[in-house]
Amino acid sequence: MTALTLAAYVVLAVLALVSAVVVVWHRNPVVAALALAFNLVSIAGFYLVMDAQFLALLQVIVYAGAIMVLILFVIMLLNLRQELRGRDSGLLQRVLGPLLALTLGLLFVRVLWRSVTSGFAPPTPEFGTVASVGRELFGTFFYPFEAISLLLVAAMVGAVLLAKRRL
Amino acid sequence: MSDLQFQLLAALVKVVLVVAALVQAVPVMTWIERRVSALIQDRWGPNRVGPLGLLQPLADGIKFVMKEDIMPSEAHKALYFLAPAMALIPALVAFVVIPFGPVVQISGRSVPLVVADLDGGLLFTLAAASMGVYGIVLAGWSSNSKFSLMGGLRSAAQMVSYELALSLSLMGVVLLSGTLRPMAIVEKQAGWFWEWNAFLGGLQFVGFLIFLVAGFAETNRLPFDLPEAEAELVAGYHTEYSSMKFAMFFMAEYVNMITSSALAVTLFLGGWQLGIPTELLGLQPGWTLWTLQILAFAGKVAFFQFVFVWVRWTLPRFRYDQLMDVGWKGLLPLALANLVFTALLAMSGRGRW
Repeated sequence: MTALTLAAYVVLAVLALVSAVVVVWHRNPVVAALALAFNLVSIAGFYLVMDAQFLALLQVIVYAGAIMVLILFVIMLLNLRQELRGRDSGLLQRVLGPLLALTLGLLFVRVLWRSVTSGFAPPTPEFGTVASVGRELFGTFFYPFEAISLLLVAAMVGAVLLAKRRL
Repeated sequence: MSDLQFQLLAALVKVVLVVAALVQAVPVMTWIERRVSALIQDRWGPNRVGPLGLLQPLADGIKFVMKEDIMPSEAHKALYFLAPAMALIPALVAFVVIPFGPVVQISGRSVPLVVADLDGGLLFTLAAASMGVYGIVLAGWSSNSKFSLMGGLRSAAQMVSYELALSLSLMGVVLLSGTLRPMAIVEKQAGWFWEWNAFLGGLQFVGFLIFLVAGFAETNRLPFDLPEAEAELVAGYHTEYSSMKFAMFFMAEYVNMITSSALAVTLFLGGWQLGIPTELLGLQPGWTLWTLQILAFAGKVAFFQFVFVWVRWTLPRFRYDQLMDVGWKGLLPLALANLVFTALLAMSGRGRW
């Protein structure tokens, strides 16, 4: 790892962490959603540093560009006055929240530990290009890929069906 | 000069050139817009300031700077301040992967005339364009005005809907060229002009039309300018903006127009290719040929700028439900059909790789 990539890592890590904290703590849902979009873009920056250009671009297009815009859209449709004043979180939230966070944190530590001890090979420059991702997706992982797209179509049809019934 | 220094200098020069050209094209475009609209409506248009009214944009610029900068009370100050920049910056960034000329030789080193010759260049443009919607949505929300909010909401829905058709219409060209690098896509369209992707070379005229329509929607231009429909929403998302902040939204719209024209030219109409085989013209690679090719690119983009203006002053605006119908029931299935057709075409050996 060169000094430049290390510097990029540090800057991106600070950006990602600060924006993540803002997502959780900010009272205003629009600001929180915006911080989440910012967080997603900084994660895309991590992908770029790790030579996964294709993944980084898709992350920006799909998550930051489409999904977050829809989330913002929905938040703006809601009346936020009550939310801005804030209300106490319930007992369930106070107990379950830290518990879930702790579980997730332990999971992260475990993954980190394993990646340190097992020692992954560093990615090659072709690792994240469109061509190599495509070859993996439509070659090695062809059947899982098609199965997932089928699952997504089924979920979409189901959602439309449920929404139509209530119309 | 070492190789690295040379590359850095070349990159810097290209960045400055492209940004300057894009920003400078905006005042020229406002003049063209007003003159052409006048022509269409049988008026004169601005003709008092300077010869043919050519200095009108300068007068407009001075007026913009002199106007009072108003911030509505109850506005979300930080976002209200940031929104114009968040609209303009993605518009400028989206252009960096579009080649405005061929690979030229400068003192023995080859320099591609594109700011960033990325492997996934087309995706980069799409990513940058999809970031542009934040500026508009946040302008609408942070102004704390119903008209602005309605404009912002409409633009969010519109941009997300038309982005799908837009990206799908590009994929036909990508399939035929076998690459996402705009420079490579242009290089594969060499030869006669009927060998460009929109014509016999790729049979992508349907994709081209879808791209054009979706491009109008993505740039919020008439007949798709519902986010700022002045008859219903005063001025839509920028109702509460004045002075240079308003000017930045204005610039973002024009820069987006230039970018989508340039993208259409690059993908479907041969980019900087002349449309006549260069051997036939008897031109060797050299500055004469390269200048001609840059001019060809600029000329094609300028033509589309004219089309944008022409359409704006000719067609009436869509209604909101019509807009969604056209996007989801019209363009999207058509783009999918075009993609399947192109895939069959590529399988039958018409692909360019």
